[in-house]
Amino acid sequence: MTAITSSAASPRDYSLTGLDARLAVENGLAAAEWYHTEIPRKQMKELMQRSDQPAIRDTIIWLAAFIISAAGGIWFWGSWWCVPFFFVYGTLYGSSTDSRWHECGHGTAFRTQWMNDVVYQLACFMIMRNPVTWRWSHTRHHTDTIIVGRDPEIAVMRPPDLVRVVLNFFGIFDAWHAMTDMVRNAAGVISAAEKTFIPEQEQPKAIRVARIWLAIYIATIALALYLHSWLPLMLVGLPRLYGAWHHVMTGLLQHGGLADNVIDHRLNSRTVLMNPISRFIYWNMNYHVEHHMFPMVPYHALPKLHELIKHDLPAPTPSILAGYREMIPAFLRQLRNEDYFLKRALPRTAKPYREELHTDNPVAAAAE
Amino acid sequence: MSDWVEACAAGDIDEEDVIRFDHAGRTFAIYRSPDDEYFATDGLCTHEKVHLADGLVMDDIIECPKHNGRFNYKTGDARGAPVCVNLKTYPVKIDAGKVLIQIG
Repeated sequence: MTAITSSAASPRDYSLTGLDARLAVENGLAAAEWYHTEIPRKQMKELMQRSDQPAIRDTIIWLAAFIISAAGGIWFWGSWWCVPFFFVYGTLYGSSTDSRWHECGHGTAFRTQWMNDVVYQLACFMIMRNPVTWRWSHTRHHTDTIIVGRDPEIAVMRPPDLVRVVLNFFGIFDAWHAMTDMVRNAAGVISAAEKTFIPEQEQPKAIRVARIWLAIYIATIALALYLHSWLPLMLVGLPRLYGAWHHVMTGLLQHGGLADNVIDHRLNSRTVLMNPISRFIYWNMNYHVEHHMFPMVPYHALPKLHELIKHDLPAPTPSILAGYREMIPAFLRQLRNEDYFLKRALPRTAKPYREELHTDNPVAAAAE
Repeated sequence: MSDWVEACAAGDIDEEDVIRFDHAGRTFAIYRSPDDEYFATDGLCTHEKVHLADGLVMDDIIECPKHNGRFNYKTGDARGAPVCVNLKTYPVKIDAGKVLIQIG
């Protein structure tokens, strides 16, 4: 790992309709050809193979954990004994749905597409991400990963807004924006930024979903008022706040503190070795370089993919704690110099990054 | 009049798989179905011009390797987001163990 600084030409413009968006297109960073490790076709086919069995098993465990934790929370409501149950329920609701939304959105979790669709819709509701909007924003995220002005899913922009980062461990900013976006969409308004990545024929679908969700939230609030109890909201809506911590903790590690405006996932993404509980919640998205390089490989095959290509990747970060030990100082340095980033060291066995891709690219060259 | 062009030997494609075929500045994808039938489409995804030959064939579906967009490779039909535009298909025949496609 090498720390890199450089002099900034101008502050980054993360707007999808701004200066850096235009520069990214002009400089060839938009929809570019990204580096990927060579894998023989036969092995790649094996890795890509879909199966219902692992995801059905995991989903049965997942739904059972939902039901048990919700039942415990309801049963013990009014005493402190409900706290551990809501801790589990909230983490499932506000965090595990991040990976379920993601993996089913790719269509890789299950072989049977309707199963992907059902879990996708359920998880999107819980994580408060419009299933239409986020399908398209995530498509862009994979096309233009951490390209400033192109990627709508950059979690920590430079210089980092650390107050926002901390508050998002409790879902504060994300849920607020999700709610305001939902109300705006329900009113029939698609923003200028959303129009840059959602095709026109898909936009009415985003509006329809927003209206259904708004009706569900209104019904939940009405029930809470009728019962004079917070319990309905503890089960629907609020877990997105009190259970967000795990998905934020793992999500920040995906790209935090690493390079932007490069077209090699080895340099802008982080693979982190994690405990099995976090990997269940996160559905193996800790293998994030591998996921971005080969997004059609299902979550259950990512450990095998990692073993196959690790000779060509930076060494994985050994733990969540180790990830934060390198990422937090990088965020703090970026407060003073937003061009600072952690440059991933590639192993000697790896193919080098194609620096020549950026010879005419002032955006990326500024970070070198 | 359209010409039949030799794309590959029939045995060059595994069952339920796809290979790339470039011809006259164009790129195509040649499929062999689980039923041992052969099909051909344009080689690039209509979404973001990614080579479909790097994707996954499942029954009568080809899945793009970049964004997992799906097409029915027998009809060219786009099967939902993020692909919205159908794929162009081409007639295929097998002659003396060779796969021929008719390029318009």
